[in-house]
Parts: sequence; structure tokens; C-alpha cells
Amino acid sequence: MADATPADLISGATGDWETVIGLEVHAQVVSKSKLFSGAATAFGAEPNSQVSLVDAAMPGMLPVINAECIAQAVRTGLGLKAQINLESVFDRKNYFYPDLPQGYQISQFSRPIVGEGEVVVDLEDGGSVTVGIERLHLEQDAGKSLHDQHPDFSYVDLNRSGVALMEIVSKPDIRSADQAKAYVTKLRSILRYLGTCDGNMEQGSLRADVNVSVRKPRGELGTRCEIKNVNSIRTIGLAVDYEARRQIDIIEDGGAIHQETRLFDPDTGATRAMRSKEEARDYRYFPDPDLLPLVLTQDYVDDLAAHLPELPDRKHARFMADYSLAAYDADVLVADKEAADFFEAVAGGLDAKAAANWVINEVMGRINKEGMAFSDIPVSAEANKAILQMTADGTISGKIAKDVLDIAWKEGGDPRAIVEQRGLEQVSDSGEIEKVVDEIIAANPKQVEQVKGKPKTLGWFVGQVMQATGGKANPKSVNQILRKKLEL
Amino acid sequence: MSDLTDLTIAGAREGLRQKDFSAREIAQAHLDAIEAGNAALNAYILPAPEQALAMAQAADERLAKGEARPLEGIPLGIKDLFCTQGLRSTACSRILGNFSPTYESTVSQNLWDAGAVLLGKLNCDEFAMGSSNETSCFGPVINPWRREGSNAPLVPGGSSGGSASAVSARLCLGATATDTGGSIRQPAALTGTVGLKPTYGRCSRWGIVAFASSLDQAGPITRSVRDAAIMLGVMASHDPKDTTSVDAPVPDYEAVLGQGVKGLKVGIPKEYRMEGMPEEIEKLWQQGIAWLTEAGAEIRDVSLPHTKYALPAYYIVAPAEASSNLARYDGVRYGLRVPGGDVTEQYENTRSEGFGPEVKRRVLIGTYVLSAGYYDAYYLKAQKVRTLIKRDFEQVFEDVDVLLTPTTPGPAFAIGEKSGDPIEMYLNDIFTVTANMSGLPGISVPAGLSAEGTPLGLQLIGKAFDEEALFQVGEVIEEAAGTLPQPQDWWSAP
Repeated sequence: MADATPADLISGATGDWETVIGLEVHAQVVSKSKLFSGAATAFGAEPNSQVSLVDAAMPGMLPVINAECIAQAVRTGLGLKAQINLESVFDRKNYFYPDLPQGYQISQFSRPIVGEGEVVVDLEDGGSVTVGIERLHLEQDAGKSLHDQHPDFSYVDLNRSGVALMEIVSKPDIRSADQAKAYVTKLRSILRYLGTCDGNMEQGSLRADVNVSVRKPRGELGTRCEIKNVNSIRTIGLAVDYEARRQIDIIEDGGAIHQETRLFDPDTGATRAMRSKEEARDYRYFPDPDLLPLVLTQDYVDDLAAHLPELPDRKHARFMADYSLAAYDADVLVADKEAADFFEAVAGGLDAKAAANWVINEVMGRINKEGMAFSDIPVSAEANKAILQMTADGTISGKIAKDVLDIAWKEGGDPRAIVEQRGLEQVSDSGEIEKVVDEIIAANPKQVEQVKGKPKTLGWFVGQVMQATGGKANPKSVNQILRKKLEL
Repeated sequence: MSDLTDLTIAGAREGLRQKDFSAREIAQAHLDAIEAGNAALNAYILPAPEQALAMAQAADERLAKGEARPLEGIPLGIKDLFCTQGLRSTACSRILGNFSPTYESTVSQNLWDAGAVLLGKLNCDEFAMGSSNETSCFGPVINPWRREGSNAPLVPGGSSGGSASAVSARLCLGATATDTGGSIRQPAALTGTVGLKPTYGRCSRWGIVAFASSLDQAGPITRSVRDAAIMLGVMASHDPKDTTSVDAPVPDYEAVLGQGVKGLKVGIPKEYRMEGMPEEIEKLWQQGIAWLTEAGAEIRDVSLPHTKYALPAYYIVAPAEASSNLARYDGVRYGLRVPGGDVTEQYENTRSEGFGPEVKRRVLIGTYVLSAGYYDAYYLKAQKVRTLIKRDFEQVFEDVDVLLTPTTPGPAFAIGEKSGDPIEMYLNDIFTVTANMSGLPGISVPAGLSAEGTPLGLQLIGKAFDEEALFQVGEVIEEAAGTLPQPQDWWSAP
């Protein structure tokens, strides 16, 4: 277990405190059908339209393992550099709730499909920490209770009932809210690279239970509280900070922390008690007798490993080596697989540094501003590449390049056609520029006087020329000609 | 036409192909027998005359075209544990109410695909929990057999009491049944019928209301060993919808009949000689040994040392699984719902009213043995016992081909005689649970009558997926026992 850096410590009345955090991330498996039935898993369908006889727990129905969900769990395990258990067991976790039709959740208790692994988490300050993975197991999601449909009754939507989830349990290796956020960000990135979870937290495809305790630096571990079902990365940070401070205050006031399950309320920014350890349910786990132990062969695992996509860490190293990108630029691009893919489609044959700047500042800037997904981008990688090519060969100026992107973004169209039709080609012809410069000098004697004493005001003339040429004049030529004519 | 109900499945199959009678005639003969006799026996809880006649009609058309399938036109009863499409399926529990499945169990579908005709749904113990068919919400089934000189109603055994009673009383040619701890073999023994529990995984469990998933297995109850072989050949299949069903070819079980037992090794497990076992059971067992010896089998004394732990371990494992399997009956989606102030109260009301006392007892036992702090001492230990029992059998089957034991510790008892004492009731399964705990196939064959003039059965236990040996040896016992008397028809209304 790592120690916190001084920056991670929280100061209290009795000195510094260290936060110890472990996360249980529930990641919905990307698969066409559910973990033990053939029903579809698409988000947002009509209530109860994606429910098989098995999902509704009709009498005599039996679960059948979906091989694709198993493959996805193994891929994820490999992506987490984890032990793949060739034999694992599905257990029943028994409890009553209307959105749990079987009266039990099929999960993996004592023998999960994936054992110990690790995630290297990149931090804001450029450093990194390694967070250990305790285990990954497969389990069924429950349905959804709808309490707002009728004054006297609750309704149940079973579309999610039986959807495959991976529960990824970290070791208590995390030491701050920022680390917790960075861990989930990295984990989500790995899952998206693998294509095993879409990581969409708004739709509930990824959610976390956060275990928090506090201790004096390097002291004995404190009693932990579990904050259930936190569903955004930002909220994870808020919940950790609130909970750590709450625990420190209690201990410093002479109180003690009792192990309990808590909920984070995003409206108040506070956590509140849900149930204590004494109230904890007895789930009566036992091996599901409807399912034989899951046995995988090493060949099967090896085959999945051989076809694993390139993961963020390796891509990062490659971007730095092959494209000579700075670590920061590589970080930004690699964090989102779609951005990385987009960059590679744009960069080929061009100056990679310029392409990275363009993708990060222009493309990702616009995407973030509009809050859209990369998949919804209106200007293709090929079109962006064309703009950069035109800039590189001097056809258009850097400023015009941004205008062309704006036009293509809003109105559509091929960038080369836009430049041609609107006459946006850069003017490098000195005769044409000289003509404009002469006119401006003639029309502004006051400014001409001024610039002789204050050469810095040359910029004003540059601006005038650019304005007069609609931004098309080559700035370098404009500067040279101005200096010559003004005798600077 | 009453003789049509006396036929075996093999005899009816032959007669139908020879056009001696039609499927419609044989179906109608059984519907008449049900009409006349079911009020007294309570074997059927839902006769299905319309389906029966429609299916018989279709069978006759096939027969006329010479396209008869293996069970074309054979009228059968279906235990209510099997879900039947569009036909009320309740496991004889109030909690399922008027539940009518939109699907057909794999085993019953296999029968219809082979041309069999559905006569109706048969009574059983509630969720198959019982050894006397007294726990059904539709009331007890009556055994067509009576003690000599007595009219006291006897139980048919359980849980497949409706199946056994209907087959014995000629209300069908054969019936489906299920066996979790003896629920096919014990009622077969108590009604003078043949009952086969196949190897675990031989028949699909899909669409059968689950009692204890690791023990449940479907099988036939019939009036001859050959009929059991014919029915199993159709019921058995590999089913991708049940991952515990086994992907192994289904042999032609009839092919082994008539081969005799010369040279076969028959084990006699000494642990089945229980203290206090009635003398007539011991005598029956010795008789069986003598028959097989005469037929050329080699008899060997063998030991299954963990036998005495089988029953207590069974009554931990089965209720544990049941407590979880029955959690789905919560009044939310189907079956009975008894409203309450909140959801917890609705659960409590629904399950309190929906389940009978024996089901509640087992749910409580099962919940207890799985709970934190008791799991290791009960459930885990019982699973270890199960492994030891399996190992006992594996060792013994290195030396012998089949084992011969009594099926039950005694003959049919009176309604109400044992229902007040669960332990005494559970002891009925003492010779049968071992086959469920080990997953092995077992058959009960009628072998004689008790001093009271009621039937007794002998049990054969075989190697995994060696049902053929059971039919082969069972047929020899059947022949040696000769034609046993049949129960006098007191049940048919004039």
C-alpha cells in the first residue's frame, strides 16, 4: 500500500490525516444480450420490452451463460494485467426486492473469474500511482423500481434485469479524491479501449461504491464507510472529500467511526447513513446449482489476449516515440480512444506536432464546448487533414484554417471547396499586398507619424491590411512590405 | 372398451399401428376412466379432454399416413410440476394461483413431438415436497390399492402420487414424474408401478418448476419396465436451455431388453439393512437376490459406508436450494398476490397464504442452513457428505454393474398416519435419496405384496448414464415376480 504525498494529506485540529480509499466499480458489459438470457440490452427501450422468461424469473426457467459476456470479462482482466481464473463459480446472492425477480442475484462470491491485477493511474502533476486490483467478477444487474408512476403503487421495469455487470474491486491503494477520480478516469479509458464497457456514467453503465477511511499518516487503518452508487467522476471526488472530513471531525471530537453504508446526496453535497453493519443483510450466498462451474482453457485466454486492442499506456508510449509528441499532448489524446484514433487519422504525412495542436485545441475544443460526443463530430478526420494540408502548403493562413473549420462545422462542405468558392486562398503576391499597403499609408498619416517613434504600433497596420484583405494576406509578406514602405 | 386402459404402452403402440383401435378410441377410453374414477382418487387436478381428443385426432391422421412417431397416440398424464403451454401449471401450490405458462417444458414437448397425447395435469405434493401426496393444495391423492379387508384410504406415496395413482388405476398408460429424493421411485413402489429416476442431466429441467436444482430429475412412471424404457427414450435429450443437461446420445433403451443378466455383477449394499427394518422388506430383498442369482447374475456384498449420512445431508441440501428457488414466488409478477401496506407486508401476506406448512418448513430450514454462521456447519458439511457418498458409489461400481436394494422401508400407509411427524415422513426417502445425492439413476420395480396385500418394490441403482443396465436387470425382476395382482376397481363411479 502506498503512502500519501504531503499534498494529499488533510489537516485537522490534531495534525495531518491520510485518506484511504478503495473502489468497487460496476461496469456494464458491452454485449448484445444479457448475462444469462437472450434478451437485448439496449439503453432507453420501452419499459419491460427487453425481458425474457428467464429475466422475469418465470417458473422452471434456467440461466444459460452468454459466452460473449465471459469473453468481455476475460478481455477486461487481461487489460488490467490480472490473473484469469480458469475455473470460477457463479453464486446466488439471496434477497427480496421487487426489481429482483428471482429473489437472488447471480454473482460470483468466493471464486471470481478474474483475480489480482493493477492499473497505472496518471496524475495531474505528471506523476503516477499504481492501484492494485483485488478482483473482477461477473454478476446480473437488477431491474428498476419506478416510484413516481402511481400514487399508491410502484412499478417495475425489468429491461435491465439480468444485464451483465463487471464488478471491479480495487485494493485500498488510493489516497485522495483526485487519485480516486484519476483512477476511475483511467479505468474507464481502459474499458473503452477494450470495448468491454461504454463507460457512460449518465446512463448508469459505470457506477462506483466508494470505501473511505482515515488514519494518521502511516498509522493503523481506520474503520471504513461505504458510499453506494456514486455515478459521476466529479461526484466521486466530492463524496470522498466530504466523507473524509466528516470522519476526521468525528474522530477529533472524540467519537468513533462505525462501519456503515452511506449515500451521497449531490444536492446537499453530503453523505448520509443508509444502513449500519448490524443491519447488513445476510445474503446467504451459495453456488448456483443451475450453473456448472465455469471452466476456461488457457488456449481460449491466450487467443483473447492475442487479439486485444492497443491499450492507453502502450498507445501513449507509441505517440511519444513515433510522433515525437510531448507527454502532455499524448496524455490528452490517449485519454479518449476516439480522440487518439482521430488524431492518427489526421496526422499521417503531416507535421505531427501541428496535427496534435489542431486536434487538441480546435477539434476537441469545439467538441468540449458543445458537449458533444466524438462520434457526432460534423467534420471528418479526412476533412481536418485537408485543412491542415492547405495550411502546410501555404494555400491558406492559420487564421483562415480556423475559419474554414468553423464554416465546415456549422454548414458542412468539403474544406477545399469552401476555400475555393469563397476565395479564401492566402495572398502572397507582393504586388497586390503593396497596393493595399500604399492605400493604408496614404489614408493614415497620423499613424505613420506615430510608428516612426514607436515601431511597436506596426501591429495596427498589419491589422488594417489583414482586414482589408479579408485575412487572406500572407502575414509574413505583409510585415516585410510594411517595414520596407515605412522605412522601419 | 375398458380393456384399452389395461394396455401397456408397448401394447398400445402395436395395436395402434395394426389399426386394432384408434388413438381417439384409446384417448376416449382413458377420459371415460378419469371421468368415472378421478373423483375418488384425486389423481388429476386438471383433466384436458379437449386437448386429448385434438391430439388423438392428429395422431390418427399420422397413423393413417403411416407416419407414426415413437409415441403416436399414446395417452399420458403430466405431473403438475411440468409447465404446459396454455394449461394451468401450479406445482400444486396456492401461490401459483391460475398461472398459465406461455411455454412448454422440454420434457413434455419431447413427448408431444413424439406423438403422445396429453390427458391432463396430475396431482403432486406442493412443489414436490412430500412423500405421501398429502401436501398438495388440491388435497391428497388416494392410492387405488387398499389393505386387505379394509376400506381405509392409503397414500400413493409422493411427491409424484398423482402420477403413480393414475398409472396404477389405469387412468393413463404412463405419466411423467419428477424425483428429488425419491419422488418417482417411492410412489411407484407404493402403487405397484415401475418408476425410473434417470441420471442427473439425462432429462432437461427446463420448464419444470424447480424444487432443488442439483437433485431434481424428470422420469417416467409406467406399468412395465419396457414402457419406462420407451418413455425415457423420448423424454431424454440434450437441451441447450439447461446447462446441466448432458450432451450425450440417447441410446435405444428397448434394445437391451431380453438380454438377461447372465454374468452381470449385482451389489448388495450392507448399509441398506437398517435397524428395525420390517421383516417383509428383508424377505423381499432376499427374494430379489434369489431371482437374480437364478437368472445367472453374480451377487456381491458391497459397502457404501456413508449411507447413513445421506438422509440428514439431503434434508440440508434440498431445503437450502428450495429456499432460494422459491424466492421468486413473491406476488409481484404472477400467481397469487395478497396485498399489504407496503412491499414487505405484501411478501409476507402472499407467501404466508400461498405456501403450505411443509413448504414453509423447508424454506425455513433452507434459510437457516445457508445463513451466516451456520453455512459451514450445515450446508458446506452436507456438500462434503455428498462428495463422500458419490465416492462410495464410484468405488463400488468398479466391482459391480448395479446395486439391488429395497425401494422403501415399508408399504403404503394410511392418509394422516405419518403427516403429523415430519421426521417419520422423511424416513420414507431413506433408500432413495442416495441416488439423488450422487446423481445416479435408480429404478423401482414391483416385486411382491406386503402382508397387508399392498405392493412393495425393489430398487436398482446403476452407474451414471447406464439406465440400460437398470432396464436389463429390472426386466428380469419383473418377469421373476410374475403377474402381480392388480388393485380392485373400487374407485370408478358406475
